[in-house]
Amino acid sequence: MAAVLETTSLVRRFGGLVATDNVTFSLEKGARHALIGPNGAGKTTFINLLTGVLQPTSGRIVLEGQDITGLKPEDRVRRGLARTFQINQLFGGMTPMETLALAVSERNGGGRDWWRPLGRASGMAEEIGELATRFRLTDVLEEKTVNLAYGKQRLLELAVAFACKPRVLLLDEPAAGVPEAERQELLDTVASLPRDVSVLLIEHDMDLVFSFADRISVLVNGALFTEGTVQEVSTDPKVRAVYLGESVDD
Amino acid sequence: MASPPHALSSAQVSAALGRAARWNIPEILFWLVAVGAYFALPTRHLILNEIAILGLFAVSLDLILGYAGIVSLGHAAFFGLGAYTAGLLAKHGFGDPLLGLAAAAAMAAALGLVTSFLVLRGADLTKLMVTLGVALVLGEVANQMSWLTGGADGLQGVNMKPVLGLFEFDIFGSVAYAYSLAVTFVLVVVARRIVSSPFGLSLRSIRDNPLRARAIGIPVNRRLVAVYTLSAAYAGIAGALLAQTTQFVSLEVLAFHRSADVLLVLTIGGVGYLYGGLIGAVVFKVLQDFLSAITPQYWQFWIGVILVVMVLAGRERMTEKARDLVRRVTGRGRPTSGAAPAAGGH
Repeated sequence: MAAVLETTSLVRRFGGLVATDNVTFSLEKGARHALIGPNGAGKTTFINLLTGVLQPTSGRIVLEGQDITGLKPEDRVRRGLARTFQINQLFGGMTPMETLALAVSERNGGGRDWWRPLGRASGMAEEIGELATRFRLTDVLEEKTVNLAYGKQRLLELAVAFACKPRVLLLDEPAAGVPEAERQELLDTVASLPRDVSVLLIEHDMDLVFSFADRISVLVNGALFTEGTVQEVSTDPKVRAVYLGESVDD
Repeated sequence: MASPPHALSSAQVSAALGRAARWNIPEILFWLVAVGAYFALPTRHLILNEIAILGLFAVSLDLILGYAGIVSLGHAAFFGLGAYTAGLLAKHGFGDPLLGLAAAAAMAAALGLVTSFLVLRGADLTKLMVTLGVALVLGEVANQMSWLTGGADGLQGVNMKPVLGLFEFDIFGSVAYAYSLAVTFVLVVVARRIVSSPFGLSLRSIRDNPLRARAIGIPVNRRLVAVYTLSAAYAGIAGALLAQTTQFVSLEVLAFHRSADVLLVLTIGGVGYLYGGLIGAVVFKVLQDFLSAITPQYWQFWIGVILVVMVLAGRERMTEKARDLVRRVTGRGRPTSGAAPAAGGH
């Protein structure tokens, strides 16, 4: 299998602090790859480097063979790299329907369309219907996003990233803060993402990591500590040592 | 996957998405009343003309404040530039009104495009200061270039040709009102079309959450530059209407109070639905007219009091941005972070 997303010797310093320390990482096509690490390990910085919110101090990022290190966040999205946020980043005043319509329309270059009313583009309504079904949002499509239950907002967070038709999807703690009653729905949705989308999951929740991922990378102090299959990493005494003393979720 | 209970058909989705683009009864009534006023109030055409112009100016501010969340205290820069452009053209023999509008729109748009790169830097307070600064600079330039603008004496000799070669401007403001109303109507129709397009929705998304907007591939800065330029063109046309219908331009078109007034107008009417600017303009001008008739010396005092009360009572109609602005100016710190953005307009 070929790598869809690779980083080479990626470094990011904040003053004297090395938040990302020489990370050479590769995500295989179709992967279900988890990135774990104790608090402060640099997971968020790494994601911000991948998505272009931050620029690396040195190193390269390659998406499907093309160097994207210097690209702006929105241009990386257009090349097929989408993300979700640990804390919901949604359009509170819009409905899920409008949010999805916007994502679909931007993907198709429709955001430059000044004149036609929204929703006239062919195939748009069908696609919104499919997205709503996949992410279980059909019953709330026309409600204002701020009024949705938290679990539904998390689903919308996934749906809007998926609507960008990414080849690589970065999931930043998708289940964070979701109440127990709504949790299973979310996990099922994550598990049923199509295999042609390569997924990098950043997660604290070990149950989710072990049930979802087939490979795990461990980040400690900004550097890649170890990487392997779920079996290898979960039985690795060094990894256990890193997590010992850390307050583990659940 | 099991079929969900309330699945919407594709036709329903299309219809729901296109809802904002459809005309509703209140807006049709609004325009009927505006046309009716021409016949019902034949002696009030001058003030009706002023209302139409102020309304268009407020709509132009709504395009950036209500739809893109850009706060401005210097919108008069574009209004004034448009007024001088149209006035100077007419003074030097190019008195065709529509030509003047086009030139004013182009000049104001060019200024909007250039200054947008300054304005889009930094936070709201920076934007506020930059917009204010641009307007002040322009005001002083107009003052110093008195050989061109007439300086403090104003621009004399603005000579307008008839509208479409048919309708000569009269001293009662009848042609003026009809002309300003028609221009405002056409531009509002265009604006409502734009704000309900995918482009318009992307502006609302940037106002709500620029971080997410970028994360779905929206080139945020380019969109803001585009709407800022459009808004500047609208303001320039409003300024041109004033110059053409009064056949005079004074430095007052660039004055700070003009920028402040239009923000008040929009606050009265509510931001983010275009008609807020028009309704606000009606209320503002009628109040001003009424108060200055009953208490010629203290009308500004009373309009101040009424505006404060109105703004306090009508706060929920303002968008998150405007609320932020009020908080900052009154020094009450930032709103609770992480709170979902409030709904703006509809």
